[in-house]
Amino acid sequence: MDFSLSKEQRDIVKAAREFAQGEFTGRALEFDRSESFDLDIWRAACDLGFVGTFIAEEYGGAGLGFLEHSLITEEFWAVDPGCGQGVLSVTFGSELLQLFGSEEQKHMVLPELVEGKAIMCSCITEPEAGSDPSRAATTAVRDGDEWVINGSKMFITNGTTAKWALIFAATDPDNSDRHARHSFFLAPTDGPGFQATKLTGKLGIRASDTAEVALSNLRVPADALVGQLGQGFSQLMAFFNRTRLHICAQAVGLARGCLEESVKHLKGRMQFGQPLAGFQVNRFKVAEMATRIRASRNLYWEAAWSMDRGKVDHGLIAMAKWFSARTAVEAADEALQIHGGYGYFDEYKVQRLYRDAKILEIYEGTKEVEKIIVAGTLLG
Amino acid sequence: MKILVLVKNVPEVAEAELEIEQGALDLEDLEMVVNEWDNYAVEEAVRLTEAAGGDVHLMTLGGEDDEDVLRRGLAMGAHSATHLCDEAFEGSDPTTLARVFAAAVKDGGYDLILTGVQSADLGQASTGVLLAQELGLPHATMAIALEPGAGEVTVTRELENNTSEKVALPLPAVVTVQSGINQPRYVSIMGIRKVRKMTIEMLEAGDLGLESQALGREASSVAGQSLALPPVGEGAQMLTGSLDSVCGQAAAILREKGGLA
Ligand SMILES: Cc1cc2nc3c(=O)[nH]c(=O)nc-3n(C[C@H](O)[C@H](O)[C@H](O)COP(=O)(O)OP(=O)(O)OC[C@H]3O[C@@H](n4cnc5c(N)ncnc54)[C@H](O)[C@@H]3O)c2cc1C
Repeated sequence: MDFSLSKEQRDIVKAAREFAQGEFTGRALEFDRSESFDLDIWRAACDLGFVGTFIAEEYGGAGLGFLEHSLITEEFWAVDPGCGQGVLSVTFGSELLQLFGSEEQKHMVLPELVEGKAIMCSCITEPEAGSDPSRAATTAVRDGDEWVINGSKMFITNGTTAKWALIFAATDPDNSDRHARHSFFLAPTDGPGFQATKLTGKLGIRASDTAEVALSNLRVPADALVGQLGQGFSQLMAFFNRTRLHICAQAVGLARGCLEESVKHLKGRMQFGQPLAGFQVNRFKVAEMATRIRASRNLYWEAAWSMDRGKVDHGLIAMAKWFSARTAVEAADEALQIHGGYGYFDEYKVQRLYRDAKILEIYEGTKEVEKIIVAGTLLG
Repeated sequence: MKILVLVKNVPEVAEAELEIEQGALDLEDLEMVVNEWDNYAVEEAVRLTEAAGGDVHLMTLGGEDDEDVLRRGLAMGAHSATHLCDEAFEGSDPTTLARVFAAAVKDGGYDLILTGVQSADLGQASTGVLLAQELGLPHATMAIALEPGAGEVTVTRELENNTSEKVALPLPAVVTVQSGINQPRYVSIMGIRKVRKMTIEMLEAGDLGLESQALGREASSVAGQSLALPPVGEGAQMLTGSLDSVCGQAAAILREKGGLA
């Protein structure tokens, strides 16, 4: 087994870190406080090729693997999760489009994402359908050469900034197989039937846009259907198997940020006449943090590596997702503890990391949902 | 215009815990980064060729892993690179190193040779100047602007107190570049992928026609002796007590040392 990165991958890591340190560090607190983001940073990242590296060369991407995208994600999130999400979530949905979309759809959307001309969003979650997307009640009804979509979507990342939306809607709601009821559609967001409203008051990743989306008589042409009719649910699972790896990378990055801040503080802060780093309880904290980070990273690297070799291991990906998210949440908790009262204020990065971490155990499959998947591979 | 830039990988020490092993900095846990001044020099060279055409060639002298610094510069837009890599170079003083560089550079036909003003690790600020001497070329140091003209280059040099001096040098010439001369670009993924298809020339002492007796510690007149970390506690005085008492003590010290009018 070879756990070392290639020269090119090491270069990518360094380049991503330099960019994030240069562009995120000075702005992160401002974005967090104002729940906003400067899209020029996203454009700059696109100009440098950091966005959509996994998109095939024929669609304008770098044609690199999910591992390379994960390496970039980890570096961005280690510097600031909100900015990391602001920049890298813009392709959320392209993984599905790349797998199942028509050539026409792919050529229309993917190059724009890479070039920084468009953002996309994926509308799956609904007020009544979160962990169980098979209950999604949004409908798409055929009307001549068009589909008419009606429903409401919840917590949609980039809902107000996206030019393109992937929409998960029921096309055969009465099918006895609940995994055959839905289909995906690709729709522009500028039509009259697509109404996104920004949600504010988020706990963390506040630089990232989250919206509520109302779909009322949104009309899309027949060829807006992505892949096969009725295949939406299985497409969604294939999609999550890819995007969950990115969440692992987010988690490992965030946890690493926690470790780095902790080490700095432990060495610098004196109490009882010695640095905090002198107390064994603190030494054990960083030892455990570092161990869990390494374990999380190895877990998801294995999953990403086998994905890039064409083998999708659903159970392994689910393990990596919940474990790395837990690692991040625990690392953030201990990092704040290590900072004492200072960590309770947003002038200190760990306060933001503490708030940012929790989303990792919620989106793209809660930790409970991931464990249901893992258990399913063991117990049926 | 054919430009050569000398670049060096140096350890990032700003926030690192430093340790000394057998008289040298223990590099084990230190991240290696491009020497800051060299990064400005690479950017300047790439900009000059982007504006007026030409080629940028990079050269470094170092161990196997130091190839990183060449790939970085290539990803920024340099066109080719040479890695001088031989154990025989180890322990050489700046004059000896300049001789090595001169041997590698002399037949390159470069119009302009750029180096950083100094390296962050050793700070000798000598490589560019000594190389110019070895090659018999004119040189200027501390460049904060470069304007190439017909057969010459005009260099703005940074002096104390915001003053600057403009000098003109006939080409070929050697110029050492000061930080802040430009805003270096970030390395892009496109740049990194471009490097995939490039081969970096590797040269050993023998390839340069240099005998190993003429290199390294033995051949150097300046011998490194020791490296020391700052003595603990001598640079700083720790004040303890309540906030009021600490403030009082700090004010007293400032007054005593003439810091308060
Ligand atoms: C910031 C943010 C961004 C998001 N971005 C997007 C996006 O871009 N697109 C999109 O479609 N969605 C998005 N989501 C939605 C996200 O994926 C859902 O919130 C998530 O899937 C959970 O659904 P829910 O919130 O309805 O919780 P629920 O499904 O109601 O779950 C509540 C709790 O019950 C637990 N639970 C549910 N079912 C079970 C069970 N069978 N066994 C045990 N425990 C169970 C869950 O694990 C959870 O702890 C985003 C959410 C947030 C907060």
